[in-house]
Amino acid sequence: MGRAANFQDKPKKGPGRKARKQKDPVFPRATNDEDEPKKLSRRQRIRARKRTLKQEAVKTNPPKKMKKMNTKQKVDGDLDSEGEHQFSSDEMEEFTNNIKTNSVEETQAKTKFALFEKDGSSDEDSGGGNEDGEEENDDFGVGNEDENDMGFQDDDDDDDDDDDEKDIEKLSKKIEKKEKKKRAAGDAYLEESAEKIGIQIPSLEEVQQEDEDSPDLPNINARIKDTAFVLADFSKRREEGRSRSEYLAIFLKDLSTYYSYNTFLMEKLLDMFGPTELIEFLEANELPRPVTIRTNTLKTRRKVLATALIARGIDVDVITWSKVGLIVMRTPGNVTLGATPEYLAGQYILQGASSFLPVMALAPKEGEKVLDMCAAPGGKSTHIAAIMRNTGMIVCNDLNRDRVKALVGNFHRMGITNAVITSHDGRAFAKLMPRAFDRVLLDAPCSGTGVISKDERVKTSKDLKDVQRCSHIQKELLLAAIDSVHKFDGQNGYIIYSTCSILVEENEAVIEYALKKRNVKIVPTGLDIGKSGYVRYRQHRFHPSMQLCKRVYPHSYNMDGFFVAKLKKLSDGVPKTTQDKAEDEEDESITPT
Amino acid sequence: MRPLKNEETVLVFTKLKKYIGSNVRALLERSDGLYCFRLHNGRIYYVKEDIMKFAATLPRDNIVSLGVCFGKITKGGKFLLHITALDFLHPYCQNKIWIKESAEQNFMYGNHVYKSGLSRISENTPKYAGVVVLSSKDIPLGFGVAAKATAECRHADPMDIICFHQADIGEYVRNEEALI
Repeated sequence: MGRAANFQDKPKKGPGRKARKQKDPVFPRATNDEDEPKKLSRRQRIRARKRTLKQEAVKTNPPKKMKKMNTKQKVDGDLDSEGEHQFSSDEMEEFTNNIKTNSVEETQAKTKFALFEKDGSSDEDSGGGNEDGEEENDDFGVGNEDENDMGFQDDDDDDDDDDDEKDIEKLSKKIEKKEKKKRAAGDAYLEESAEKIGIQIPSLEEVQQEDEDSPDLPNINARIKDTAFVLADFSKRREEGRSRSEYLAIFLKDLSTYYSYNTFLMEKLLDMFGPTELIEFLEANELPRPVTIRTNTLKTRRKVLATALIARGIDVDVITWSKVGLIVMRTPGNVTLGATPEYLAGQYILQGASSFLPVMALAPKEGEKVLDMCAAPGGKSTHIAAIMRNTGMIVCNDLNRDRVKALVGNFHRMGITNAVITSHDGRAFAKLMPRAFDRVLLDAPCSGTGVISKDERVKTSKDLKDVQRCSHIQKELLLAAIDSVHKFDGQNGYIIYSTCSILVEENEAVIEYALKKRNVKIVPTGLDIGKSGYVRYRQHRFHPSMQLCKRVYPHSYNMDGFFVAKLKKLSDGVPKTTQDKAEDEEDESITPT
Repeated sequence: MRPLKNEETVLVFTKLKKYIGSNVRALLERSDGLYCFRLHNGRIYYVKEDIMKFAATLPRDNIVSLGVCFGKITKGGKFLLHITALDFLHPYCQNKIWIKESAEQNFMYGNHVYKSGLSRISENTPKYAGVVVLSSKDIPLGFGVAAKATAECRHADPMDIICFHQADIGEYVRNEEALI
């Protein structure tokens, strides 16, 4: 617009407040350790001098117990028994006594090895041990990094193999023992510390009381994490006398308070996810998903559009698993993504990334007749029409008259000519146009548990009745969709069922119902992303092919929660009822004898 | 949904002629099939024949739109061309106006095009001819009526109106209800 607009941020200059903002950090150029030797402080120099003196002393006679080390260890209030530290110094004595002809350096290396191990182990324990380790290390080398130490050791091991094999083996065994003890001590320490820190989860009544009085959110958050920690390894971390159900009840209560969900929905979610994954899911629902747009291939190409948008100052990036998707990183303040000239000219549409999935699974071909039963506001339908390149015919339907207006607007804006837009109840298509379509997309109305990040009301407003009602309508719509398609003729005869919900009652249960009531078969969706559908879930047992369906969660793919299933219509008839089927099976079972 | 009566056909075609001249034939007989105009709820729809036949089997009350809506016939008997027809006017239109980037936003808000916003105008545009307004990047922004012939434009003042606004793509956002 106007003069070539420059959207870069200019660094502020001058006496104003903005110029005084802290600039980015400037790191000094890294110096190679090899180029110049590290400068020593006064203390380091003194100790270096002492060291050289010691070395000369070692040359002449073997060292006695290193008093320095022992005293330091006693000062340490570690769980490590003193015996261990003395152990290492004993080893050192043994070692150095055996060495007769080895050079000073090698002895140093071995002692360093032992120390290194001790250092490593002391690191695990506490900061106090760490300090000691560092000081001792300093005794032998100035500014040496651990890697250097290890390298040094390897060389020495090679040399010593011949001479002190047995000693090294003994040493390594002792070190292994020490490690085991350390680990056990570490676990015990964790447990102890847990008790010391006090994972104290109050009783259920106390929690409820607290909730009524005045919930303290940071406190509740901490308690949530504690309860999840306990539940993760329940048998070891439980408090005596308290049941798992009590812990779960407290967990539920706290989560409902903290994230403002109603109990029904929280129970359902806990059943589906374990405690830790549930927290991830809930956290993901608090944040919005990234904004994505879909290029309208009838009017432009993705690269051209991306360049045009970047020229407007909108940072976009390509979505890898789609040929038409763009993800918007940043829009400048003065630009609305839904009102740019490119948008108004119909070159793109704002659409969630998970909405690409059902259309990718549907894969319509040119010249087909497609029905979209719940089309508004039209993102998926326009996608279908764009793939079909304005050939064939697409019938877009939505029950809600107001939302149909948005459909009409979108279709005209994006330049689609082969559409018929209607406003029926979707179930009517079974009677109006039975077996008339090649493919049907049913993006069923649902409870919206996958898009909580878009609409927070779902957290509190959904109840068992709502879910049952949704489920009932979805089943009827799916049967009507199946009736509207003609049977599989080698190329067409597919139904795509998708919802933006993650509840099993609205997804797998509906497909299972359709499998029983109509002659359809689940086929692979052709999608790379997504988790497979449940075949067994709590008390439900679904058809084994249910694992071909795809589920998407906000915390796993950073897209809205979604479910997609692809069905193929095998024949127009209705399968036998389960009773008849059972009778048949009985007959079959009798005959072989 | 019914085919247009004679008077209605005359109305529509005269209007279209103002923009696309004698190319109206090209609209009806296209390479991918026959297209036709149909009237439904006072609006004129331009749709392929096969689709029209299919849609004819659906209940009339529930059909909201067919193909492309070109415009509507008002109670007073006039034919109003909507922005939704732009995609079909644009390729066949004989007279075009290109406007500068600075004037784009102004036009998309519904204002007329001034001489100061004019970048190019096609040759031999008669006065009061139907024109399609394009951006400097050749994106169609809408259509209007030329207020001055090409020759007159050269001598016009910067604040003179060059093109009367009739429809622009900003209406998709401003004026959604009118489209349906």
